[in-house]
Amino acid sequence: MDTESTYSGYSYYSGRSRGSHRHGERSRDRHKSRSKDSRSEKSVTINTPPAEPLLGDSAVRGEQVQDDNWGETTTAVTGTSEHSLSQEDIVRITKDLEDSVGLDCRRYFTLTLAVILGLLVFLTPLAFLVLPHLLWPEKLQNCGTACEGLFISVAFKLLILLLAVWALFFRTPRAGLPRVFVFRALLAVLVVLFVLSYWLFYGVRILDSQDENYQGIVQYAVSLVDALLFIHYLAIVLLELRQLQPCFSVCVTRSTDGEIRHYNLGQLSIQRAALAILEHYYCDFPVHNPALLSASKSRAAKHLAGLKVYNVDGPGNNATAGMAHSQSRAMIAAAARRRDTSHNELYYEEAEHERRVRKRKARLVVAVEEAFTHIKRMQEEEQKKAPGDVMDPREAAQAIFPSMARALQKYLRTTKQQHCHSMESIQQHLAFCITNNMTPKAFLESYLAPGPTLQYSRDHWLSRQWTLISEMSVTSGLKDGAIFVLKCVDFSLVVTTKRIPYIQMSEEYIDPKSHKFVLRLQSETSV
Amino acid sequence: MSFTPGQPVTAVVQRIEIQKLRHGDNLILGFSIGGGIDQDPGQNPFSEDKTDKGIYVTRISTGGPAEDAGLRMGDKIMQVNGWDMTMVTHDQARKRLTKKNEDVVRLLVTRRSLEDAVKNSMSRP
Repeated sequence: MDTESTYSGYSYYSGRSRGSHRHGERSRDRHKSRSKDSRSEKSVTINTPPAEPLLGDSAVRGEQVQDDNWGETTTAVTGTSEHSLSQEDIVRITKDLEDSVGLDCRRYFTLTLAVILGLLVFLTPLAFLVLPHLLWPEKLQNCGTACEGLFISVAFKLLILLLAVWALFFRTPRAGLPRVFVFRALLAVLVVLFVLSYWLFYGVRILDSQDENYQGIVQYAVSLVDALLFIHYLAIVLLELRQLQPCFSVCVTRSTDGEIRHYNLGQLSIQRAALAILEHYYCDFPVHNPALLSASKSRAAKHLAGLKVYNVDGPGNNATAGMAHSQSRAMIAAAARRRDTSHNELYYEEAEHERRVRKRKARLVVAVEEAFTHIKRMQEEEQKKAPGDVMDPREAAQAIFPSMARALQKYLRTTKQQHCHSMESIQQHLAFCITNNMTPKAFLESYLAPGPTLQYSRDHWLSRQWTLISEMSVTSGLKDGAIFVLKCVDFSLVVTTKRIPYIQMSEEYIDPKSHKFVLRLQSETSV
Repeated sequence: MSFTPGQPVTAVVQRIEIQKLRHGDNLILGFSIGGGIDQDPGQNPFSEDKTDKGIYVTRISTGGPAEDAGLRMGDKIMQVNGWDMTMVTHDQARKRLTKKNEDVVRLLVTRRSLEDAVKNSMSRP
């Protein structure tokens, strides 16, 4: 029978749980402990368990138009092994190829614009000073002492401006953002307008009329450089200082395993806030481990596969919507009844896993401690005595690695971390620990718990393409209650913002002499 | 046993006369006192009014002279040998009770049951 084939997968569970599955289908069998369920089976109670419906609903609706045997013919979707190339990887590689070309064009475009603007800004004062000498040298007044003093001022101010611009703007770009950086664009426009207006004035009032007062021209050039320095001050305030004071508290949740972190950000646009959050992500969040999610996925698959719903009236029925509804409710009710054993299985499974991890950890600790005793740092005077068998750290690590390799491999496999650490990286880490006189416990710490993503090899985090999904424009500022999602190929980070409240503080003065105390005694004397 | 500050205190009292017992070198009465104007009135378990700073009997040793004379635990001592005990410090109260040259102490004590008894007898016709 069809029902028998479904239960073949559960044959190794206890007979009790199998009895309960059967009981859900046939009302005849009365299991002693299930007497409570037998009463509820006659009327379908819809106490919807909170976690169940979404998965069950979609599966049931999909069944309407498929044939009855789909349960036997579906293949389970397992996690990818290390050597196969999954669909996700192919998508990721093609996306990388496509986007890298577009991004580079934009970066070069902005770079050339910046260089042109910089040259314009720096050469303008020099041009102002040099042009009169080139165009009407004979008419020009002689440059007196004050005027030459101004030359020094121009020179140093230009030098300071050069250093300041280099410090603020010529840093390696941390990221490529989807939209243009609004403040920088505004500042560039301001600078261009400013310089153009100065050129306009210069062109009309000085070049055309061929002014002889050279000191005035030099003072004009000095005023230009001063104003440029003030624009640079404005740039510092807008680009760097404004977002330092924290205004918002953002809560970042990873969608796959629910890791939550909270950060404080200032007034930023959404794309800049996303960039700050991603940088924190790489430093704070433990590395994403898809192998840890397989347990909950298999449980979800079991919930679905345990019950099959047959549509005996055929797919072309008028009341298909109502049918789907009643079918899903029936499935939910059946699942609610069946719940009694699945949490039990989970509990014992987790206890067993915990025990196994602890046992492997104990073996690992002992093996590593023993391995470390085989190595001793050679002292200075011994160096002359025993020249043979002297090893450098890498060789020493290779020598003691085999004795602990098995225990370490088993532990990593139990905690599902074996794909994060390669043999090469483990040996490197061992050599590093030996060189720096670390204890076995210090060596082991990096394997006992998952660290931040950056600690692992580059291929774990190098090809990261992030997509910012937001309902509001990404160049608009953060607001209270803003929600946006940072999507990566494997998972997504959901970010919610809350504003730090306005605090109204009042003061209360306490006179230091007002601190007076009395003893609270209650003594008892016998007379 | 409540009082309003500034008004005279009225209470139904019982006269109790205790003979001091010689115990070695000391004369003991066989009970313990608690309370006093320098103590914390809120911790007194026997007082009805938790601001009452009077002297209360906190313990009675069984078979002692106080028990024989009729003193009970929780009694408030109003007078000792004519001296007022409602507004004294703990140490003053102790001193009044343990004078070495007195063999007998005459106490005026009050308790709740006395008031109730008087009220009941007055209400009965």
